[in-house]
Amino acid sequence: MRRGIREYSLWAIGELLIVAGALIPVLWIISLSLKTPATVADQSFIPQEWSLENYETLFEGGIDDSPFIKPLINSIGIALITTVISIVLAALAAYAIARLDFPGKTLILAGTLAIAIFPQISTVGPLFDMWRTLGLYDTWPGLIIPYLTFSLPLAIYVLVAFFREIPWDLEQAAEVDGATPFQAFRKVIVPLAAPGVFTAAILVFIFAWNDFLFAISLTSSDASRTVPAALAFFTGESQFTEPTGSTAAAAVIVTIPIIVFVLLFQRQIVSGLTSGAVKE
Amino acid sequence: MSEIVLDEVTKRFPDGTEAVKKMSLDIPDGDFVILVGPSGCGKSTALRMIAGLEDVTEGELKIGDRVVNDLAPKDRDIAMVFQNYALYPHMTVRENMAFPLKLAHVDGAEIEKKVNEAAKTLDLTEHLDRKPRALSGGQRQRVAMGRAIVRDPQAFLMDEPLSNLDAKLRVQMRTEVARIQARLGTTTVYVTHDQTEAMTLGDWVAVMRAGVVQQVGRPTELYNHPTNLFVAGFIGSPAMNFAPGTLSGSKVKTPFGELPVPDGVKAGAGEGERDVIVGIRPEHFEYAQLVDSEAREHGATFKAKLDLVESLGAEYYTYFHLEGTRVDSEHLSEVAADAGLGEIPSAKAGDVSMVARLDEMSEIEEGQEVELSLDTRRIHMFDPESGDNLAGTPSGDGAGPGAAKAAEKPVGRSSGEAPAEESSS
Repeated sequence: MRRGIREYSLWAIGELLIVAGALIPVLWIISLSLKTPATVADQSFIPQEWSLENYETLFEGGIDDSPFIKPLINSIGIALITTVISIVLAALAAYAIARLDFPGKTLILAGTLAIAIFPQISTVGPLFDMWRTLGLYDTWPGLIIPYLTFSLPLAIYVLVAFFREIPWDLEQAAEVDGATPFQAFRKVIVPLAAPGVFTAAILVFIFAWNDFLFAISLTSSDASRTVPAALAFFTGESQFTEPTGSTAAAAVIVTIPIIVFVLLFQRQIVSGLTSGAVKE
Repeated sequence: MSEIVLDEVTKRFPDGTEAVKKMSLDIPDGDFVILVGPSGCGKSTALRMIAGLEDVTEGELKIGDRVVNDLAPKDRDIAMVFQNYALYPHMTVRENMAFPLKLAHVDGAEIEKKVNEAAKTLDLTEHLDRKPRALSGGQRQRVAMGRAIVRDPQAFLMDEPLSNLDAKLRVQMRTEVARIQARLGTTTVYVTHDQTEAMTLGDWVAVMRAGVVQQVGRPTELYNHPTNLFVAGFIGSPAMNFAPGTLSGSKVKTPFGELPVPDGVKAGAGEGERDVIVGIRPEHFEYAQLVDSEAREHGATFKAKLDLVESLGAEYYTYFHLEGTRVDSEHLSEVAADAGLGEIPSAKAGDVSMVARLDEMSEIEEGQEVELSLDTRRIHMFDPESGDNLAGTPSGDGAGPGAAKAAEKPVGRSSGEAPAEESSS
């Protein structure tokens, strides 16, 4: 019993340390975003003077003049489009890989893995030149395409794992029950793979949302610049002030969609959805 | 409802293995046919070909009047019950059962009516709004049945539907399946590896081995007149005992002593001596003192030391050894392997114990040497090489192993039902 308590408290301390390590930077950035420009460098964890000034400056001037609104729209649009296309393509590919035996199957899987581990930085230079020639530089598709290439392998891997968990008998049962292969896929397989689909969707969305490398290299204006890239171009009130406060405020705002996204879908990401389908 | 005809149907997988070889079977409209055999004998593949889940490599498959070789499962109008039930876990019982009807664009009120009817038949009404994961094994099995019967399909295909249930439930559901099939009168093909299910459920039973149909017939016909060693060893529990014998004229020398050759075999016996394998069912042994005088005429007695006596209340199972009873035949080793060696004691390598079912009145004890009697009319003789029953098939239609001729006539119909009258104990 005593050993139980000691073990429990050790675990508790360990967990507290990890949670603190993960949360303190977040709290710090929130704290920074709430300070006035004058007190931003006062090094106190709790703001001396509370203000929403930083947030206001972000949205000042409406769509045309604000340094933040356009990038925010770009970020949301590009990340959502990437997620939708990526998940649809990955679901079809993963289904084929999990279910069918076709020549070159292992090659495709190996290929996706190779792309997933390929250093992104080495593609930036060539992409820059190609996009300039093709007119994709500084456009939404110019970012969506590289995001797709790097998020698809990830999504395919996650989904293949989930599809493999689904008993094949279910699909055959659906076919015998009178479903076309596509109906079997849509009415039986997709609902069962939903946790996997949502997991993959979140991963892809976060990847596209967080990307800085492509965003900074392949954009040049607010036409397609996403928030992570736009943050780098924030300026202070004058030439000599750091834009610390507004950067922090922007950072807080871009974190919110991710949290919302995860909270929305976490109910879907429950295991055991397939229990009861077949006898294990 | 319609008949199902397999004409020399072959399934060859891409790697060249033939799971089903030239299978011919004519399943009459409304009948209940069992495909039985050890695992890997091709019975499930045959069923899946009928369902359309496997392509037919060669041969012709007809359901009703249509050749369905190239039809997708959904166009065959058949319903299938899977071994693991294959219920849709994200749908309620009601939605599961309505699914095939919805796909067929049946209108809502009609669906409601049919689902409720099926639920009533299967005693599922109170579970209609639950998800499969909240149901017990037996209930899930019934939902799977329900999903099949709401469609009123041309045929039911069942792939070992009861094998996941515990023993007691299995017996209950077996009766249930038989009752539903009898009531609906829908042609049913039922796959199982359990010979008890085969014997109790089917109008007809087809025994398969290594992709080849060995014998098709009424359950009692298979039991009393197995066409070869494999069928003899597979059908019956406890299994038939086998011993080597030497046939000369109208006598056969066996470890039990010299026995007269049964009538059916005499004709084909021929001249000179030849080796045979003698088979005798456990219930055709009897405790010698209990054999009445009339039966004694056909009885041959021998002494045996009882290694083990199991009392089942109504009868005894006793196991005994005899000198020189070892039989090595590939036909039997396969049955033995499938049965986990336990069910066919005499086929066990190195151990040649026999099993006898004796009357409860027998005064026997373990370790005792007692006198047993066997009914010489009921012995079977097989060719050690081919495994064929030397008596041939009783019905006289000459259908050999593989039942290749079955396609020409309704299955088993030609063989008549005479064997049924001889049904053993």
